[in-house]
Amino acid sequence: MTTSHVTLAHAEALPDSAPIKVSARGVNVFYGEKQALHEVSIDCPDGAVTALIGPSGCGKSTFLRCINRMNDTIPGARVEGVITIDGENVNDRSLDPVLLRSRVGMVFQKPNPFPKSIFDNVAYGPKIHGFATSKTDLEGIVESSLKKAGLWKEVADRLHQPGTGLSGGQQQRLVIARAIAVNPEVILMDEPCSALDPIATAKIEELMDELREQFCIVIVTHSMAQAARVSQRTAFFHLGKLVESGPTEMIFTNPTDPRTQDYITGRSG
Amino acid sequence: MNEHIVKSYEDELSQLAAEVARMGGLAEAQVASAVDAVARRDVALSEAVVGRDERLDLLEADIEKRCIKLIALRQPLANDLRRTLSAIKIAGNLERCGDLAKSIAKRALVLTETEPVTPLTRSIERMGKLVTSRLRDVLDAYSTGDLNRAVAVWQRDQEVDEHYNSLFRELLTYMMGDPRTITPCAHLLFVAKNLERIGDHATNIAEIIHYELTGEPLSAPRPKGAAL
Repeated sequence: MTTSHVTLAHAEALPDSAPIKVSARGVNVFYGEKQALHEVSIDCPDGAVTALIGPSGCGKSTFLRCINRMNDTIPGARVEGVITIDGENVNDRSLDPVLLRSRVGMVFQKPNPFPKSIFDNVAYGPKIHGFATSKTDLEGIVESSLKKAGLWKEVADRLHQPGTGLSGGQQQRLVIARAIAVNPEVILMDEPCSALDPIATAKIEELMDELREQFCIVIVTHSMAQAARVSQRTAFFHLGKLVESGPTEMIFTNPTDPRTQDYITGRSG
Repeated sequence: MNEHIVKSYEDELSQLAAEVARMGGLAEAQVASAVDAVARRDVALSEAVVGRDERLDLLEADIEKRCIKLIALRQPLANDLRRTLSAIKIAGNLERCGDLAKSIAKRALVLTETEPVTPLTRSIERMGKLVTSRLRDVLDAYSTGDLNRAVAVWQRDQEVDEHYNSLFRELLTYMMGDPRTITPCAHLLFVAKNLERIGDHATNIAEIIHYELTGEPLSAPRPKGAAL
């Protein structure tokens, strides 16, 4: 065979000693009267991809949004419990949420590039956070971010064309480049491939596999196969509770909880 | 266990298990008939066993095809994945049992042309009954998903080994006592060895069932008879 697989043969088991990056303890989330998350406690290791799976409305995206305090923006939302990044409480009043979100990048289901050029999309964050001292500096950050996002070769000769002119898969890699341009520690992805074709999906998955060495990645996905392919740890959410979390290989070959088993094998619980 | 939401998937998995059970029934019958053919010096039965072996090969190929289709089209996970893999592995073991039964039947044909050594044939018959019953037990354990029964088969492998060892000594004594019995005794020795291997396949199947049902390998040290 002459073509190689786009996605790397993945996910060797994670050593138990991997340092914990994001840690949640007893997290409850309320939207007004309605409780969306119940006592969620989970650790997401550094240098690894943690996949959150579960049926629609199970609270996995709600949990993801707690990590960079996106729930702050929803009226009536209330978060209890403790979430820490490297031991630092993200809900600490003295912590600036804008600064937090530069440390915790986010990628959404639909690619959302700014209506600006490819260059400006990536340069925007480093500029407002004052990461670049000169034009050359900024160009260096843009180039290295686009390279890390595996997009450089495709866009090097048209950096000043609008980002919205790229294909869906390229746009998704552009917003990943934008997220990593501000040197985050954690990257959150909320169904980043659900609008992409299999080749664009494979490129994002390959990218995640490369990026995970430098970041803690947490991904919400509805695709069991994707969770199995890209993650080292998997957590199953159901009705606002964390049912089970563990090494991905274990969750997909021998889950402990019958609810996990029913969900991943497509049985009605 | 809850049913799959997609009914045709559920159907395919149950049909796969039914096919494995059917193959198991045929393999068990082949072993029993082959031993009968030795005991009764029955030419027609020997030939029938040899002729029927192809059906086991076809069944194995069919099970393999079904498993490949399931993996490609349904992407089974967790217990479904284990069910699919265990079907293909059990089918492989049963196919080997069939080959060993065929080999016993071929020796039965040769034995009809030699002088009968009746006491030895009786020992072979007893060992054959034991091995056949272990195969039946483990296949029942598969059909009913009975973990304890599978583990019981696994733990009793020693009995077959002991039978084989005592038969081996018996055969040696005969051959040393009367060199004219060497030809039939050598064939009977191979028959006994084949039966012992069929017993090993039953043990393998018990291990596969354990993994299918629990997700864990059967790892405890197994009681073993002295190897020959």
